[in-house]
Amino acid sequence: MLKIRNLHASINGKEILKGVNLTIQDGQIHAIMGTNGAGKSTLSNVIVGNPLYRVTQGEITFNGQNLLELKPDERANMGIFMSFQQPVEIPGVSMTNFMRAAVNARYKAQGREQLSAGDFLKLMREKRKIVELDTKLTSRSVNEGFSGGEKKRNEIFQMAMLEPEFCILDETDSGLDVDALRIVAEGFNKLRKPNTSAMVITHYVRLLDYLKPDVVSVMIDGRIVKTGDATLAEMIEHRGFDWIKEEVGL
Amino acid sequence: MSGTKQYTDFYDNVRDTLFARSCDVMNAQRQAALDRFRWLGFPDRKSERYKYTDVGLDFEPDYGIALTALTDELPSHCYRIGSAPVDVTPYYNTIADHNDAVVCLNTMLSVDTLLVHIPRNTRPQHPIQISNILKGTNDTMVNRRLLIILDEGAQADIIITDRAVNDSRFLTNQVIEAFAGENSNLNIYEIEETHLLCTRYSNIYIHQDRNASVRHTSLSLFNGHTRNTCTVRLAGEGAEVSLNGCVIADKMQHVDNNTRIEHLVPHCTSNELYKYILDDSAVGAFAGIVYVSEGAQKTSSSMTNANLCATDSARMYTQPMLEIYADDVKCSHGSTVGQLGDDALFYMMQRGIGIDEARLLLKSAFITEVIETIPLQPLRDRLHFQVDKRLRGELSKCEGCKLCK
Repeated sequence: MLKIRNLHASINGKEILKGVNLTIQDGQIHAIMGTNGAGKSTLSNVIVGNPLYRVTQGEITFNGQNLLELKPDERANMGIFMSFQQPVEIPGVSMTNFMRAAVNARYKAQGREQLSAGDFLKLMREKRKIVELDTKLTSRSVNEGFSGGEKKRNEIFQMAMLEPEFCILDETDSGLDVDALRIVAEGFNKLRKPNTSAMVITHYVRLLDYLKPDVVSVMIDGRIVKTGDATLAEMIEHRGFDWIKEEVGL
Repeated sequence: MSGTKQYTDFYDNVRDTLFARSCDVMNAQRQAALDRFRWLGFPDRKSERYKYTDVGLDFEPDYGIALTALTDELPSHCYRIGSAPVDVTPYYNTIADHNDAVVCLNTMLSVDTLLVHIPRNTRPQHPIQISNILKGTNDTMVNRRLLIILDEGAQADIIITDRAVNDSRFLTNQVIEAFAGENSNLNIYEIEETHLLCTRYSNIYIHQDRNASVRHTSLSLFNGHTRNTCTVRLAGEGAEVSLNGCVIADKMQHVDNNTRIEHLVPHCTSNELYKYILDDSAVGAFAGIVYVSEGAQKTSSSMTNANLCATDSARMYTQPMLEIYADDVKCSHGSTVGQLGDDALFYMMQRGIGIDEARLLLKSAFITEVIETIPLQPLRDRLHFQVDKRLRGELSKCEGCKLCK
């Protein structure tokens, strides 16, 4: 379970998060919608510990542990995974070596025995099929020369490999065509275990149609200003954000 | 001139031994080399080609100088120069730079020369590996000489490794002259895995005839002080050369690569790629010059030097240069010095990979580009493995070597 209390964070001295309060229960899908620049991506990056952002106030706990004192890799190994809005290309590092290092680290943290080379490749093959990721992509360098859609699929593939407990999907639907969106969303649903929770950042109801969020929150100007169920997302789709701004007096 | 006296005195003392152990073709060059050496003196840092390496300092210690000749039992295509199957007079000491005191010193003091001769239109069944193993409990200087002759249409892969088995101080002064005949194909790989007390000077001269294709790859995986010079003369149309190198240096290690490619005729191609990873207080230098002479039209050349400085105290000097006297050429050169990408590091850490492992993967990826240029698959695999070990700090002695168990 993820708990965020009065979180303030800034980048290059500019305050973006101005007191975020948010709780995500185990097994819950929590969608965050909001205007451009509201701080949705900042929130994701702060949760996973991106060093570009500075937390000035507040706290984040995950399963009772204070996340803010942990390094990004330690947070990841607790089972926190972020699907990047813009996945990074790493020329020269093969997907296989990259994934092997990541899976080894995760298994080690879980106290599980390391996979043999053969079992590891088998796992790669298995998980690749779920997101219909081409073989030739997994034999290349990380994200190098991948199209936008392939990069997003690759994120979900990595999620499949690492089996996180809490996933952040940061605009995973942006840049995807309808078919790719379906594959990514269905892949996510297939991979999800009953206690897997997720924070889904999106501008569109399309993705939420597949993911069926339990809770929808609206973020405006660095704060969560409204929380509701899936119907809230549909209202936003039809009416935009202005009525919410008026309602909360922004 | 400073520092040269101990060497000229030594020469005077051992002259008779040298002449007795060596052969006519080498002995014929000694006196002239001595005169040049005495006259030139060691280059100081004001001399353009030695701007980044203090030669006088490297040659100052009092080394015992090895005067051993090669054994007669050599693998096929390899000969002691005295028993050469061809007349080597038109080759020996003809393209080496007589204005370089370090080369003159080698000509003066080398006892023997290993000749690799590949006859017309042949290719040895296996790559030729030359292992230089520095061994001895006293501080030792070694003057090493290699002559490579590929006749028309010949092909060869030559792997040269430098290792040291004792922790004495060693100074190696190597000169290689390589002649690539028409349509020949020569690959030379040099791998240095020595230690912090080793100083290496290497001067390689390559002469290429029409349509000759040469690739020289230099890998400085572990060393003390290293200075490599590679000079290439593209003397026949259609000749092609690739000079690639990678350097991994940390602690107080020093690696200086200096290249000169001379496009003397039209329609030749040259490519250079040198990559350095410098950690701790390591110092790297790369100076490359591509010289395009008048009339060498349709020259195509590229030179890239990319460097990673992992700490604030690591230093890299880079100097890519072009000197062009023809007007219809395509030449590019560039260099970069940077750090590991923060974006990539964070991305990897978000996947649970620790910072040290992430850095290692990125460094290894950076060097991979150079290793991947090697066409010889088993060597490539081996080098990937060695580089990985080196970056993990595990390369302290040579793997699987009988001498250092």
